[in-house]
Amino acid sequence: MKEGNRGLSLYTLLVFVFLLGPLVIISITSFEPGTVLKFPPEGFSLRWYRNIFEVSMFMETFKTSIIVSMLGNLLALLLGVPAAYALSRFEFRGRDTLNALFLSPVLIPGIVLGFTLLRYLIVVYGLPIYAGLLIGHTVIMLPFIIRVIASSLANFDFAVEEAAQSLGAGRLETFFKVVLPNIRSGILAAVLIAFLESFNNVDISVFMTGPGVSTLPIQMLTYVQNYFDPTIAAISVILMVLTAALMFIIERLMGFAYFTKR
Amino acid sequence: MALISLEQVSVAYDNRFILEDFNLQIEKGKLLSLLGPSGCGKTTTLRLIAGFLNAEQGKFMFGGKDYTNVPVNKRNFGFVFQSYALFPHMSVYDNVAFGLRLRKMKEAEVKQRVTRMLEIVSLGGFEKRLPKALSGGQRQRVAIARALVIEPDLLLFDEPLSNLDANLRVNMRVEIRRIQQELGITTVYVSHDQEECFSISDQVAVMNSGKIEQLAHPTTIFKYPASEYVARFIGFGNFIAFESRSDAGEDIELSRGALKFLAAKRPNGAGNLGMLGAIRPDDLQLWPSTQEAPLSGNTLSGRVQVSTYLGRSYQYEVETELGVFTVNQEMDVPFAQGEQVTIYFPKDKLVLVQ
Ligand SMILES: Nc1ncnc2c1ncn2[C@@H]1O[C@H](COP(=O)(O)OP(=O)(O)O)[C@@H](O)[C@H]1O
Ligand SMILES: [Mg+2]
Repeated sequence: MKEGNRGLSLYTLLVFVFLLGPLVIISITSFEPGTVLKFPPEGFSLRWYRNIFEVSMFMETFKTSIIVSMLGNLLALLLGVPAAYALSRFEFRGRDTLNALFLSPVLIPGIVLGFTLLRYLIVVYGLPIYAGLLIGHTVIMLPFIIRVIASSLANFDFAVEEAAQSLGAGRLETFFKVVLPNIRSGILAAVLIAFLESFNNVDISVFMTGPGVSTLPIQMLTYVQNYFDPTIAAISVILMVLTAALMFIIERLMGFAYFTKR
Repeated sequence: MALISLEQVSVAYDNRFILEDFNLQIEKGKLLSLLGPSGCGKTTTLRLIAGFLNAEQGKFMFGGKDYTNVPVNKRNFGFVFQSYALFPHMSVYDNVAFGLRLRKMKEAEVKQRVTRMLEIVSLGGFEKRLPKALSGGQRQRVAIARALVIEPDLLLFDEPLSNLDANLRVNMRVEIRRIQQELGITTVYVSHDQEECFSISDQVAVMNSGKIEQLAHPTTIFKYPASEYVARFIGFGNFIAFESRSDAGEDIELSRGALKFLAAKRPNGAGNLGMLGAIRPDDLQLWPSTQEAPLSGNTLSGRVQVSTYLGRSYQYEVETELGVFTVNQEMDVPFAQGEQVTIYFPKDKLVLVQ
């Protein structure tokens, strides 16, 4: 390796230490046997991991998070797949505007979006909190669903669909027999990315939770305000592992190019 | 009566007309090709016939019925794409069977037809392969089989060979012609390659920015282009603008200043309209000016400007009082640069265009 590159390597290493260091420290402290978060830990114990499953709030909110993410995902797919198809296949007036509209939840700060949704869905229209939460999550997942599926449609030769039509297939038949089987991995990747986005979300959820309805990240926030034990560190480790596993699958399906070319 | 008829058709993209008052008739069982440079509207015409595009105006008649508003999937036309457009997730067998299954045919009959079609395109034994495990030529044959197996009323090809290498292109076009004639299927074939079009067509339509400049049998176009555009496109590299012509005699007499030329009339008396003389570089002959030309008339003296070696022949750029002429000539001892020469224009090779 050339001389100049050694300095660059060292620099890269430092950046990684800076980025990953806190995660490593959290992971290590999660094994603390005592009742207060410390670094370095005074021993090794899985006590706080066990605690997660014993505190019913965590289990309840975990269930809510999963249900909201999955149901919202389904709704976002029902809206997003036709939208992605139309945006990538048809030339029509107002296409760019529509595109921008669908992507706007990524551009608008979460706090603003969350507050707006609260104001209208819950305060003005009086929807139940649970419904508001579901709609909020559908809205934040939609842009990811549309973008990932549209990019996978863009890689699929339109002529293949025309070939199916010339052989006698109608539009829907063409979509289900020819398009869908070829964008399956794109759809799966979209679902996983959207799931991560929703499952880890704080800024929307924080407005959409109330008595009896809360998501896991919100519950974690509440918990650290009152307790100082390493439970949160333990949950964080589990969430990190879950996220890493999903990212690994997404990378296998789509490559990371999607994340770097936004 | 013609099987296909496009009548006064207009197509526009973004308010720009690509085809305007376009007319085309094709006889049953014939192969007609659309020939022209990239961007002249060949694909647009083909997609209009296929039903992928809607005309702003005009009618598309097929077998005496108005097909203008019949959707693609109800037309029963086979389309072969430049990119092959095979279904990537299906085996060769399933690709070919696709159209038959949509027609709710019994599996036993599907099998019989697919197997026979794969034999016709010499792909027996490849049934289980996925498209990505095939070569370009094999993919194209699957695409052809897939379009043919539905027994289409019309077969449409859009530059089907342009992604193949040169040898394969020649073999495939012979294949396409063989199958087309064997099954007697009416075909429209699009290409920008004149040799390809000439070799397989019953009729060639030479297109220029959305208009058909000439529609005729390939040999007619090759020998007697009707316009300067067609002449240039098919390799007539030399032009002389004459000032007057007289058709009184056995040959057409032409003059430009003091220079007199003769052009032979066509056997049936048709064509040869206009006053622009056109001739191919291969048809001109060169003599050293020291040597007397064997024939008098139809000559022009000049000086060799550039000489390049083409392998089979030499190509010369010869400067004359009427401009620079390009001449291809086979010879053992080539002319040197700067040499004085006489160019001879055989009268039966000199064509008049508009
Ligand atoms: N979808 C489209 N939108 C706008 N212009 C187009 C479209 N398709 C083709 N054109 C234009 O129409 C003209 C003819 O195109 P085409 O029929 O594809 O030509 P060819 O097949 O002879 O190369 C070209 O000028 C091209 O730029
Ligand atoms: Mg084209």
